[in-house]
Amino acid sequence: MTWLRRLLRHAEMEDQLDRELRFHLERHTADLIARGVAPDDARRQARLELGGPEQVKEQCRDARGTRWVDDLRQDVRYVLRTLRRRPGFAAVALLTLALGSGATTVIFTVMHGVLFKPVPFADPATLVKVDEQTKGIVDYRWGDRWAFSYPNFLDCQRDVRSLDMAAFRYGGGTVSGSGDPEFVDALQVSANLMSVLGVAPIAGRSLLPEDDRPGAAPAAVISQALWQRRFGGAPSAVGATVTFESMPYTIVGVAPATFTIRGADILTPIAQNPRPFMRLRGAHPGISVWARLRPGATRAAAQAELDAVGRNLAAHYPESNANRGFIAEPLRPDVGGVRPTLWLLMGAVALVLLIACVNVASLLLARAVSQDREVALRVALGAGRGRLVRQHLTESAVLGISGGTLGVGLAAIGVQPFVLLWPGGLPGADRVQLDWSVLAFALGVSLACGFLFGLAPVLRAPSQRPDPALRAGGRSVTGSRQLHSVFIVAEIALAMVLLVSAGMLGRTLLRLSSVDPGVNLRNVLTSRMAVSPSILSDPGRVRAAWQTVIDRGHRVPGVRAIAMVDTVPMRAGNNQVGYWTAPPEPERMQKPLALANSVTPEYLDVMGIPLRRGRFFDDHDRLGSEPVVVIDEVMAQRVFAGQDPLGKRLWTDLAPEPLIVVGVVGHVRHWGLAADDRAQVRDQFYYPFAQVPDANVRRWSELMSIAVRTGVEPLSLVETLRHELRGPGGDQVLYATATLEQLANATLADQRFLVVLFGAFAALAMTLACIGIYGVQAYLTGQRVSEFGVRMALGATARDVVRLVLGESARMIAAGALLGACAAWAAERVLQRLVEGMIDTELSTFGAMVAILVLAALVASFVPARRASRVDAMTALRQE
Amino acid sequence: MTLHSSRPDARTDLLHGTLDMLILRTLQWGPQHGYAIGQTIRAQSSDVLQVEAGSLYPGLQRLAKKGWVTAKWGQTEANQRAKFYRLTPEGKKQLLREESRWNELVQAIGRVMKAALAPGTEE
Repeated sequence: MTWLRRLLRHAEMEDQLDRELRFHLERHTADLIARGVAPDDARRQARLELGGPEQVKEQCRDARGTRWVDDLRQDVRYVLRTLRRRPGFAAVALLTLALGSGATTVIFTVMHGVLFKPVPFADPATLVKVDEQTKGIVDYRWGDRWAFSYPNFLDCQRDVRSLDMAAFRYGGGTVSGSGDPEFVDALQVSANLMSVLGVAPIAGRSLLPEDDRPGAAPAAVISQALWQRRFGGAPSAVGATVTFESMPYTIVGVAPATFTIRGADILTPIAQNPRPFMRLRGAHPGISVWARLRPGATRAAAQAELDAVGRNLAAHYPESNANRGFIAEPLRPDVGGVRPTLWLLMGAVALVLLIACVNVASLLLARAVSQDREVALRVALGAGRGRLVRQHLTESAVLGISGGTLGVGLAAIGVQPFVLLWPGGLPGADRVQLDWSVLAFALGVSLACGFLFGLAPVLRAPSQRPDPALRAGGRSVTGSRQLHSVFIVAEIALAMVLLVSAGMLGRTLLRLSSVDPGVNLRNVLTSRMAVSPSILSDPGRVRAAWQTVIDRGHRVPGVRAIAMVDTVPMRAGNNQVGYWTAPPEPERMQKPLALANSVTPEYLDVMGIPLRRGRFFDDHDRLGSEPVVVIDEVMAQRVFAGQDPLGKRLWTDLAPEPLIVVGVVGHVRHWGLAADDRAQVRDQFYYPFAQVPDANVRRWSELMSIAVRTGVEPLSLVETLRHELRGPGGDQVLYATATLEQLANATLADQRFLVVLFGAFAALAMTLACIGIYGVQAYLTGQRVSEFGVRMALGATARDVVRLVLGESARMIAAGALLGACAAWAAERVLQRLVEGMIDTELSTFGAMVAILVLAALVASFVPARRASRVDAMTALRQE
Repeated sequence: MTLHSSRPDARTDLLHGTLDMLILRTLQWGPQHGYAIGQTIRAQSSDVLQVEAGSLYPGLQRLAKKGWVTAKWGQTEANQRAKFYRLTPEGKKQLLREESRWNELVQAIGRVMKAALAPGTEE
């Protein structure tokens, strides 16, 4: 019999039982009358002999084993009735729980979508990511993992039977032709990438092995977004031509919107890349390799094959492949640095939820104590102890589930705004949604909470004896006071952790905001820029094109200074270069690293970087003249400590010949306001773009940005600059445009986000804790009215009573504060590990937060204390 | 002897078993409703065994749950609707088992009682 049918049959059986007993009674009465008993007496006697019909029914239910259904129904009805009778209690409890579980559910929804869900491709369990792995050498930048070299990929792809391997490499560029030129993200892919991932084109076809060959006709798959944007989604786009990096590609297909790797709008065959590094086994041009296990193959088998190929290649090509192997790992979504942030937030909401639970627990306990008389009465009337315990648990389950349901409602409303507010966009945001696992989580949390706070009154239940409670006339509170103190201590301690964390985060943000970034953030516009793709192969024309950019830029009204720079401070991306100051060249791993910036002469003026010694570059520093370099003060201090760096020689990985140090400039917080202090590579040097050798001009050009100091609001110049700098072919584009202020702010976005959320959670926690303390004290003092009456009749003043109550509160609060301070101190250690730029625990902030909480808690208990002091002795005593 | 129970526990198992046996036995002569079962037991024991409703109806529920009796609503001779209990084939078998167990028990008790009267003697 299914559970549901049993429930349905249950009602029928109850009805039958009722009728059966009625029949029994009638027959018995009739028999007695027949034997000559007077009708009234007969009825009474029959009823007496039957015993209580309800008891008989209870026993029948016991015998039938369906009693729990009945009890449950009765308990739920009873709970709903008690909740209705005290709407204030119900509202506070439900609101508390809804807030706690709602916040928890939001964070869990995000974690579930971002961290726990697999990559959004078919059968994700069989997808792996393959990297090159070096043995013995561990680079502190990348560890022992390397991107593939193209020849190594081709060998693995051919020789590893258990894997279907696909490769892709970032290759963004300019789309021109009809319409405005625009810079798009693009991938160079092996022909099988889409089929490996199980992605079918929505129009046309995928790339074929025939396309993925050197010298094949240029073919491309475009994204659905680009298809809509540039072709209006017309079917005729397939077969049409798109001009990408000045090369006409035939569009063979359109990828679905669900296919998103690095936001790529264009996929081109990787083998058509003619650049020399694609043929070098020792070059690692950022090729990622994803693969699918073939049917029946295991990852271990694939790994064994990869190991064999690795050994084979190491034997054949010791120069590039000695100590180099390949490693296959499960493919997981790339979520960047959000993992620690999410766990931090989870910790914070878990604390809020705990406080909510403690709050409801103390409310329930207070109510349970005030119901002692009723309960005692019911015990005296024969209610089983187990039944009472079950009733408490039913009540907390009802509360927990209702609160949880409300919480899920709140989460459903709150999760999207939360995702949108995530600084810099949440990676994998599209995977974040309320689904069954989230609902299961919410239900689990509500039940767990229900159990947690349901325990409080239950713990008391077994100690109940009916007679003392009945005799005490509902005044006795002994026994529960200790449990109440535990609750208050716990609430204060939990709230303290959040409050101190929020305070320290706030202080951290304040300190970081006032840090000198090393540049003048005001009125600087930065933008990546691509010169016309058609001239890239001619270094002379590239140099000339950039010179034109500078010249035309100068003529734009509002532009004070303009410079080229390859790595803009505080923006993602950097160029770490090894250096040494005296031959011979050190081992690769022994070389110190510096951030190298290739710039044009006005760079210092644009950025407002102070010149400490010597000179910066001018137009005389060009190819053929003495190669020069300017270092920052950090590097000067580290490398030439105590000596004059001017005129010293500096060898770098950039060129075989040494550079001459001609100047020293201030340090720039390239890694961001928070991270720079702890960054491993802080040395910086600048060298003129004009001295970049011809062979490198194209590569450098592809990474170039412009930086403009303006006399007006920088963003107001974007459109003018875009127009002025389009170039003769109209195909030079600005992209990733931002002011320096925006970039600096973005480096603190995580911290700001955490401050806002921790602040909100701390405020919530403090409010909940205060409600809890108020509730407990109001209840406890309410129970002691006659005690206060006696005290005041014996001469205690109102002030004495206030002092008495506040003193008791203060002891609990102090204990909570002490415990909380220890926990908060531990929480600070966690924050310092996970949050960049987190300051050391600061006593003043710590103390201030403790003071705020203690004060708020005292205020919360002052109200009931004052009420207690207004007790009229005579009235109180007359209640006896 | 009155058969009544407040709560199922090990002590009353024997009594439960006995009551079950008596009910089954009563139903051997045909379907009866609860009240009649109680009256029959009472009459046949010459008013010695008075089965309380609080034992009788839970007992019937227990037997129904075990599949030894089935219940069906029907008309009494006085044209009242009542719930009639009928012995199932399983119930008949159970009754036989209970009877033999009961007989063994009675004999065993009898032997003990006799032995107590005449220590050292054997039958």
